[in-house]
Amino acid sequence: MDEISALMQGFSVILTPMNIGLMFVGIILGVLIGVLPGLGGANGVAILLPLTFTMSPTSAIIMLSCIYWGALFGGAITSILFNIPGEPWSVATTFDGYPMAQQGNAGAALTTAFTSSFVGALLAVIMITFLAPLVAKFALKFGSPEFFAVYLLTFCSFVGMGKGSPFKILASMALGFALASVGMDTVTGQLRLTFGQSELMRGFDFLIAVIGLFGIGEILLSMEEGLKFSGKSAKIDPKVVLQTWKQLPQYWVTSLRSSLIGIWMGITPGGATPASFMAYGLAKKMSKRGSKFGTGQMEGVVAPETAAHAAGTSALLPMLALGIPGSPTAAVLLGGLLIWGLQPGPLLFVEQKDFVWGLIASMYLGNIVGLIVVLSTVPLFASILRIPFSIIAPVIIVICAIGAYTVHNAMLDIWFMLGFGVVGYLFKKLDFPLAPLVLALVLGDKAEDSFRQAMLVSQGDVMIMFSNPLVGGITTLALLLLFWPLISKVLAFVKPKKPDEFAVERPVD
Amino acid sequence: MEHDENSADGPVRTGVATNVVEAVVALVLVVIGLVVIYESQRLGSGWTSDGPGAGYFPFYIGVIITISGAGILYQALLGKNRKTEVFVDSVQLKRVLSVLLPATVYVMAISLLGLYVASAIYIALFMVFLGKYSWVKSVIAALAVNTVFFCMFEVWFKVPLFKGALDPLRFLGY
Repeated sequence: MDEISALMQGFSVILTPMNIGLMFVGIILGVLIGVLPGLGGANGVAILLPLTFTMSPTSAIIMLSCIYWGALFGGAITSILFNIPGEPWSVATTFDGYPMAQQGNAGAALTTAFTSSFVGALLAVIMITFLAPLVAKFALKFGSPEFFAVYLLTFCSFVGMGKGSPFKILASMALGFALASVGMDTVTGQLRLTFGQSELMRGFDFLIAVIGLFGIGEILLSMEEGLKFSGKSAKIDPKVVLQTWKQLPQYWVTSLRSSLIGIWMGITPGGATPASFMAYGLAKKMSKRGSKFGTGQMEGVVAPETAAHAAGTSALLPMLALGIPGSPTAAVLLGGLLIWGLQPGPLLFVEQKDFVWGLIASMYLGNIVGLIVVLSTVPLFASILRIPFSIIAPVIIVICAIGAYTVHNAMLDIWFMLGFGVVGYLFKKLDFPLAPLVLALVLGDKAEDSFRQAMLVSQGDVMIMFSNPLVGGITTLALLLLFWPLISKVLAFVKPKKPDEFAVERPVD
Repeated sequence: MEHDENSADGPVRTGVATNVVEAVVALVLVVIGLVVIYESQRLGSGWTSDGPGAGYFPFYIGVIITISGAGILYQALLGKNRKTEVFVDSVQLKRVLSVLLPATVYVMAISLLGLYVASAIYIALFMVFLGKYSWVKSVIAALAVNTVFFCMFEVWFKVPLFKGALDPLRFLGY
């Protein structure tokens, strides 16, 4: 129980009025950053990093990590209220969160999102506290084939679990990969798919695509029905919060499963985005309400939010223990550590005990503070829904343009955003899933890098994906998921079908 | 989308069938896939002296896009469950274009006037012409929103936004 005493020591370090104040400031700034598309967690932390140079490393990391928690919380707000994911990991939250808001349950959706985020983060922090040494050891075994297998698992789960035409899912995903490969090839330095345009050298940033596909696409789609606002005004009071809390425990299985996915994806640098998608996909598959997902199910908000926060939090573990950041924001935090003269890695736990355990203690407190701040400001965010659509629509388009511009300070990106908006509108109307496209765009580079590295190691032999039980296990699971529609058909054929009444009554969990 | 449900604006919805639009999108996908394949082969989609070439991974992606595009094309034209209802009727198309075209003009205006001025004009005009608000209300709302953005980006977060070729806000010193 060394960890407990070390953690108590950590609490004694951070419990000063100054540090608690910094937590509040950090969370509020973070929520603001999370709400603004284009000013993501990594950007926000980077912009505010200079603010912390005068502080002690412990205070600085408390403030910066609180900005991180705040951004994680804030991403859910625009997803739910406007269907614009402020962060890539909140894309999956829009699937059910936005319909909930449209049905007049914005308050419940936000409360669900915030509470689930809190639960996910809390479980991840508990994991960090107790399993740090063990997990760090395990993550050391990951090589490029294992990384690629994890990505493969994420992508296969989409094809296997998606509804509708598998061709459309594949096309959408492959389009994302193709867009991700535009620009300079990281391995050979060659320019790919740029067609002589120097502006395309940068490639397509997922944020531009997300802002266009979801933000502009949704505005165009809602304009079809005219200027009446599609969302109903939400009544928000403590009663809604309490009512939602009463309902949430029934989804404990989803919560726990999503947390585990999140923790796993956070430690093996899959990150929060695939974690949220995977958790959503699995919840859809396993829940007895799965067929209703996408229509405004609370469970559809619980799964991605829990997983995203669990992943975002546990991404700090490899950063602290190994010096390998598990997410872009963790990478910026790592940069901060280096500026303060701290060398992340296993030795940090020995040499800078106060710092490490102070940070871990601040994760507990920071998330509690975060939950209080965001819940108490829910009425403020929900009141945005009462503004008429003919004011909100141009403001959203302006926010989207600003967001697209700030990513690379490039005018051309605003044009791309508009183009993606039209694509988003068409794809939504034609039932092409957008999530695989975005996910492939986000993870394309990393997946390709690990694939090419794995192929280099094996000299082109694909069987490297089964070269040891770890990578073989993940790959097999991925293939099972990919062919799940076929497998389930075969199973249904082999096993006689049970009458539906029993199927409905049978408890699922 | 049902045939009869959105008939408030007129008894019959006329327009292009959904599966036709789907087929066009599928064709575009096939073309994109072929372009990706061609470009990957040009870059080297095979095994080079130092491992997989730059086009190694995109080549397979191009193949997947082409095959799935062809699959969607087949489903759209000959599939059993093809959707023949109207993709978008004239009223809906007008509404969508009433946002898309001004938005395109807005993006063009950004390069001249910069984000703040173009955004203020865009919000004001949107409110007046599409929202039927009074000029006074619209201008106040547009200025207020852009002032908030200006303070947030330029002043607090020190993120300079695009000021355009004319830079009409130069007098503010940002």
